[in-house]
Amino acid sequence: MHELSQLLLTLIVFLSLYLLGSSSLTGCVNILALQGMCLGILPLAIHERGFHSRTFVLAAGMFVLKGFVIPRVLLYAIREVKIRREINPLVGYTSSLLLGALLIGVSFIIAERLPVPAGLRTGLLIPVSLATMMMGMLMMISRIKALTQVIGYLVFENGIYLFGLSIAYEIPWLIELGVLLDVFVAVFVMGIVINHIARAFDSISTEKLTSLSD
Amino acid sequence: MTIYLLLLGAPLVAGLIALLIDRDEIRPWFLPAACAIHSYAVVACWVRLPEPAVSGWFRIDAIALLVLTLASALFLVCSVYCLEYLRLRRGRDNRLFTACLAFILSAVSLVCVSRHMGLLWVGMEAATLAAAPLVHFNHNEKSIEATWKYLMMGSLGIGLALLGTFFLALAVLPYTGPGDPLMIDVLLARAGMLSVPWLKGAFIFLLVGYGTKMGLAPMHSWKPDTYGEAPGVAGAILAGVITSCAFLGVLRAFQICAAAGLADFARGLLVLMGLLSMAVAAAFIIGQRDFKRMLAYSSVEHMGILALGVGLGPAGSFAALLHLLNNGLTKGVLFLTAGNIHRAFGGKTMDHAHGALRRVPISATLFLLGFVAITGSPPFAPFISEFSILRSAVDGGRFGVAFGFVGLLAVIFIGMATTVLSVVYGTPNDQPQGPVQGDFPFMLMAPLALMSAVVFFGVWLPEGLTAVLGEAARLLNGVRP
Repeated sequence: MHELSQLLLTLIVFLSLYLLGSSSLTGCVNILALQGMCLGILPLAIHERGFHSRTFVLAAGMFVLKGFVIPRVLLYAIREVKIRREINPLVGYTSSLLLGALLIGVSFIIAERLPVPAGLRTGLLIPVSLATMMMGMLMMISRIKALTQVIGYLVFENGIYLFGLSIAYEIPWLIELGVLLDVFVAVFVMGIVINHIARAFDSISTEKLTSLSD
Repeated sequence: MTIYLLLLGAPLVAGLIALLIDRDEIRPWFLPAACAIHSYAVVACWVRLPEPAVSGWFRIDAIALLVLTLASALFLVCSVYCLEYLRLRRGRDNRLFTACLAFILSAVSLVCVSRHMGLLWVGMEAATLAAAPLVHFNHNEKSIEATWKYLMMGSLGIGLALLGTFFLALAVLPYTGPGDPLMIDVLLARAGMLSVPWLKGAFIFLLVGYGTKMGLAPMHSWKPDTYGEAPGVAGAILAGVITSCAFLGVLRAFQICAAAGLADFARGLLVLMGLLSMAVAAAFIIGQRDFKRMLAYSSVEHMGILALGVGLGPAGSFAALLHLLNNGLTKGVLFLTAGNIHRAFGGKTMDHAHGALRRVPISATLFLLGFVAITGSPPFAPFISEFSILRSAVDGGRFGVAFGFVGLLAVIFIGMATTVLSVVYGTPNDQPQGPVQGDFPFMLMAPLALMSAVVFFGVWLPEGLTAVLGEAARLLNGVRP
């Protein structure tokens, strides 16, 4: 099982990196869905103390929500606003990729130095989660389209979920379900707002959202 | 258990009913009903604190009681205001607005009663999301922009707070014992054994995360846009209730740090963020022509004062907790009357609104009184709390902090005065437009009730209240339960 979890984690990091370099919005959503599915399987792969029913519930919930439901909401938003590509991001694709690679390196260095309590065998989990969080934040601040900002937020959220997996035994599953539900509602609300942005401005570029400032 | 059911359930049920009802005129009446039940439960808590419930996950201590009381009072008043406000806005579907207001009350009650850092997070996130439709209520381009910024910054902040919560769990591991490691009581009981680096990291992330929701500088950028575009009543709820609940999140993190002997580390950060917030607010309040954005910066300032107060030690904490109540009540007065003035002039800048005293005399008077109160003039309540914070700084020998505090308060007073006086005095530039003119009784009763409370607490602090404040300050600064 250990090899499977390593494989999944590596895949998750590469998918985040791929997202940083991709300009097609539908492509981004599909990659995000794939990453969500990996996240869904991961709890089953890293289990060492045998299976609990709650692990299955959580894995299934994650798999369905992040692999199917949220991508559907985003694809629906894309269809509604008829926009296919991210144009002119604030940070270019090549620079984003380079920055992403740098962030991965930094996360491994940070993770090395974190005083993880003995008995928690986390392996790649913490460096991958840090890298995913930072790449998500990079997407949130460097992209212009409202939709890509939401994708960035979801990648960031995936990173936090990964971090949470390292202590999954210690957190009651009710809380995890609450977190999942909140993420879902957040995306739902963002989808609605994107729709309103598209209708009011004829575009989903947040560049146009600049009338409020001091 | 009944008390918790009333606190969480009454607004939740009212919100669900509001979603189901089809008539715009009937819907808003469920709000005051739910708020009255909620207030009744809060009064019952003041008489006798309820026993812990749900195996210790729910409990109300002195700190939670203060925030809960503020939330309940503001909601009760705002729900009465809403009856008339939503009648005036009859063209607009109020289904989501009404339901979300009720959901916010339920979510903030969850934040207050929960004794589990994860559950507290869930409540805070729910309150944040439920507030988005309130910001968006006007459905114009500016309100969409404000909602987007609010959602993006809010999501990032709340994500960082979740990370901080995970750090807390790592600080307590490996844990074997009763309860859950993220329960506040477990964390407090084992405070001496927590891993210091993780705890420090947790405090920083929780401060930044919940600080974003409070609007502490430099994470305040969403605040002027959001408060500027949201209807006045939504501004009152955001600035009075949701920020206070986010502050409760910071207080819980501080409480754990103090119990673990890291009080000085946490206090240093709080003082720094507090003074920075006041400085940023001062810089942007000067020359601010939009009076709703001015109130938003004033909210940044007062969140800074709260952080600063707690950072100054036990005496400062007492004053900060008192200021939490005073600021919430006064912000209620200011945002509700600002909404009235905005409506009477059809604009919220000094260019539109001028001479409010002639057009909406009572609202304008209350707005002026609210301004005098919030800037810390006697005999109003914020004067007492701000003065106590100053005294705790001087008593502690922190003369630099005291000097900065007074200086920034003075600058902000002058900056706000320029805007407020121009809005209130003078003669209106234009003739009244549209069907909305003059003052309306329900929309005056609400800020009037809050203003009376501000005057009342300024003149006399009841003994019961000081006892609870003292208990809360003791709990905060490292007394184990």
